[in-house]
Amino acid sequence: MNLNLLIWVPLLTTAVVVLWGKGQRAAMLATVGSVVQLGLALLLYLAYTAERSIHANVPFLFEYRAVWYKPLNITYHLGVDGISVAMVLLTAFVVLAGVLMSWNITHQPREFHALLTLLGAGAYGVFLSVDTFTLFFFLELAVIPKYLLIGIWGSGQKEYCARKLVLMLMLGSALVLVGLLGVFFSAGHTFSLSAVSATGVPLKLQQWLFPLLFLGFGIFTAIFPFHTWVPDGHSAAPTAGSMFLAGISMKLGGYGCLRTVTHLMPEAAVQYAPLIIILGCIAIVYGSLATMMQTDLKYLNAYSSISHCGFVVLGIGLLTQTARNGAVLQMVSHGLMTALFFAVIGLIYERTHTRTIRDMGGLIQVMPFVMTVLFMAGMCSLGLPGLSGFVAEVTVFVGGWEREELLPRVAVVLACSSIVLTAVYIVRAIGQVAMGPLLGRVDQVPVGWAERLAVLLLLSGILLMGLWPEWLMQLVDMPAPALETHLSRIEN
Amino acid sequence: MHYLLLLKHELAATLAIVVLLVARLGRNRETSFYIHLGYLLLLLHVFVSLFPSPEGQLFAGLFVNSPLLGLQKSFLAFGLLLIALTADRWLRQHEYVPEVFLLMISSLLGLFLLISSGSLLMFYLALELATLPIAALCNFDLRRQQSSEAATKMILSSAFSSAILSFGISLLYGSTGSLRFPDIAQRLSGSDPLHVIALVLLFSGFAFKLSVVPFHLWTADVYQGSPVPVTTYLSVVSKGAIVFIFCTALFQVFAPLQSFGRLLLIITAVATLLIGNLFALRQENLKRFLAFSSIAQVGFILVALSGGTKEAVSAAVYFVLVYLFSNVGAFAVVGIVSAATGKETITELRGLYHSNRLLSWVLALSLFSLAGIPPTAGFFGKFFLLMAGAHSSQYALIAFAALNMVVALFYYLRVVRAIFLEPPFEGVQSLNLSTAERLALALSVAGILISGIYSGAYEAIAALI
Repeated sequence: MNLNLLIWVPLLTTAVVVLWGKGQRAAMLATVGSVVQLGLALLLYLAYTAERSIHANVPFLFEYRAVWYKPLNITYHLGVDGISVAMVLLTAFVVLAGVLMSWNITHQPREFHALLTLLGAGAYGVFLSVDTFTLFFFLELAVIPKYLLIGIWGSGQKEYCARKLVLMLMLGSALVLVGLLGVFFSAGHTFSLSAVSATGVPLKLQQWLFPLLFLGFGIFTAIFPFHTWVPDGHSAAPTAGSMFLAGISMKLGGYGCLRTVTHLMPEAAVQYAPLIIILGCIAIVYGSLATMMQTDLKYLNAYSSISHCGFVVLGIGLLTQTARNGAVLQMVSHGLMTALFFAVIGLIYERTHTRTIRDMGGLIQVMPFVMTVLFMAGMCSLGLPGLSGFVAEVTVFVGGWEREELLPRVAVVLACSSIVLTAVYIVRAIGQVAMGPLLGRVDQVPVGWAERLAVLLLLSGILLMGLWPEWLMQLVDMPAPALETHLSRIEN
Repeated sequence: MHYLLLLKHELAATLAIVVLLVARLGRNRETSFYIHLGYLLLLLHVFVSLFPSPEGQLFAGLFVNSPLLGLQKSFLAFGLLLIALTADRWLRQHEYVPEVFLLMISSLLGLFLLISSGSLLMFYLALELATLPIAALCNFDLRRQQSSEAATKMILSSAFSSAILSFGISLLYGSTGSLRFPDIAQRLSGSDPLHVIALVLLFSGFAFKLSVVPFHLWTADVYQGSPVPVTTYLSVVSKGAIVFIFCTALFQVFAPLQSFGRLLLIITAVATLLIGNLFALRQENLKRFLAFSSIAQVGFILVALSGGTKEAVSAAVYFVLVYLFSNVGAFAVVGIVSAATGKETITELRGLYHSNRLLSWVLALSLFSLAGIPPTAGFFGKFFLLMAGAHSSQYALIAFAALNMVVALFYYLRVVRAIFLEPPFEGVQSLNLSTAERLALALSVAGILISGIYSGAYEAIAALI
């Protein structure tokens, strides 16, 4: 399968929306584009599983390689392994759901949808790159859309929040840039992932390149103490913006860590693993403690995202194959769940005109559909078996317990305890919002079919993963030689 | 034919000057006639660029040319055409249009000769030829006092830098006995203090022209006071040419003193990045703002040059091209709005998006390119500069420059925020763009979007170095 399709289709959609997306037609064009993307992503999954059973020992499949800047040895290089396919699927789901949720945008819909699709294109690019330059290019591609989406269509202190988010992410990119240049010059003047991991980065350089790159990507995945952009940015963004940011953009960091940092510098990964585990635990526990104090639904979900992304960091830091799989599963699960959460919050806000939890109550009487979905999302968030959150978190715990040292075990226990905290804030919030007597004025606006579709799409993803995790496990767990050598290098 | 090709740019410029003089001395015609004549003559320069530039020298080595130098001259000629197109509105209001073109093309001729100079004598004369018409042009907003103030500052600062340069030149001549670049390069040695002093003096002279900190003090005032097209010319064409000859001086003439030169580059790069970015944070006038941003941009070029490889030269030349598109795009919008409404502060441009969507998008795209955000060419330009700088493993410097990119994004976002996110400021109505303006905007946007993703431009440059 030609991976370029997954980059060209979003870009083409952007162009078409810009050229012909007058008024309401923009949403339609963007939806058509996203449906095609979802189709391509599903096709990619099928093609990948079929192809993988034939070529079990190739690190990346469907590689597309074109010389980009010959004098500097820069190539445009795409390829996928199981992790990328999982992330692409997630992106396609969230993109379509986000676009469907934005049918009611009336303020400059053309620009909105063009920027939204461009944001998606950047994410696809990152997940499909197997060359660090290509990856960095797509990583940065999202800066302009993020800023303008929050700044123009956001709410509250949108300017401040947009700027904070973009500048902090740019700081991450700056660290990544220096780290990538360091890797380039120390590993034989190449940006190619497979070439670098074949040569290996000199141990002395790994000492300082690893923290640089890890921190750089870590900022994207809201690593403590660089998590402050998440609550502000996500709460100010428009609904689809929050869905994209939390559902996809935060995953770019975790993916980047897995794909470049620990993959290229396994020796340093072993050395820095305790630090990563500690940072992951801080994010998990501190994130859920902070969530308990939130009074705004969007802030609630943003802080809980920090907590959930802590599992990704923890999974990476634990360094076992199972824990790594857990990290990937958590990325997918959290992406679907948080996008669903933000979609529901958007639906609630349109009807109650408030996001303050205390001002809402008894909403199940007037919007049973929305509240049921909120309940499902909440249950997924606190890790109820049968939904995706459970599968992902348990995998991380099992992966952690495989290690026999003290620190990973303590970390797993701590992380487990956060589930209780999660239950506290989720149950409390849902109880206040849905149950009890009806509070405040609520507009009786029916939920549109596009919005229903978006919500059901995400919900089906969560259920599919929760009830039948086997397919995703297999996809992610497929023997990827690059990772095996990585793991064997750690053992030696 | 060989001579014709060797001197093609210079001949075209001379021809343009003669035609303009004849047209001016003949009977008076309408402004639009002169404007179209000017465009035509500048187009001739671009047309001339299509022919290949051979390798060769003339006048006993005073004048050298090569395919690379030819390409650099083509960039400058194209840049001037773009600037003239963006200046359409300003030119139509101006009473001395042929003089504007005459002075601009004279200065361009000076820059051509400057790039092609093979000896210090030619270098000095060409530099003066390039600078003096610009000083006059700075004064061409005839009824604004700031404009004449800018001209005074320009002429004084260039006189000062010329003095420093000629002192350095005389030291070099005295100690090496030659004015020709190859001879000097042969006879220089890193251990001779006289040579080191000469390098410092010449470096300072260049630093003046490039507005490298601490020789940048004239920049903001001159940029603010001059008419926008002249400011654009100063920041894009003139600065570009100086970067080109600076590379030649650094990597050919002063090659034996490279380690000391690198030290100078690193120190000034850090200072330039820091000061340029810090001062840009607080600017209110857009021209002053772009002045400090252009100072910071030069800082990135210095970072690359301190890497000391030939990749540094190709990255610098490529960056000048990218910077040309981006800066012309930004200045074009500022110039159009300023010529139509007289407004040129960030506050006055608030909410421009509500009245002028096209202009706002062009300005935003140009600023994002200056900030180095993909998919604009600025991303590639910055990346290659930092990559060239990292060649000698000076990662601390690269990290410093990368962090400066974050600071830079902060102030570029300030302008983007004002345009897109803030309520409209009264008095900026929806503007009708002329064909020339549309063409200029389209060309710069195309340049910003294409010259990065399509690698042809960089590869063409790299192949010649």
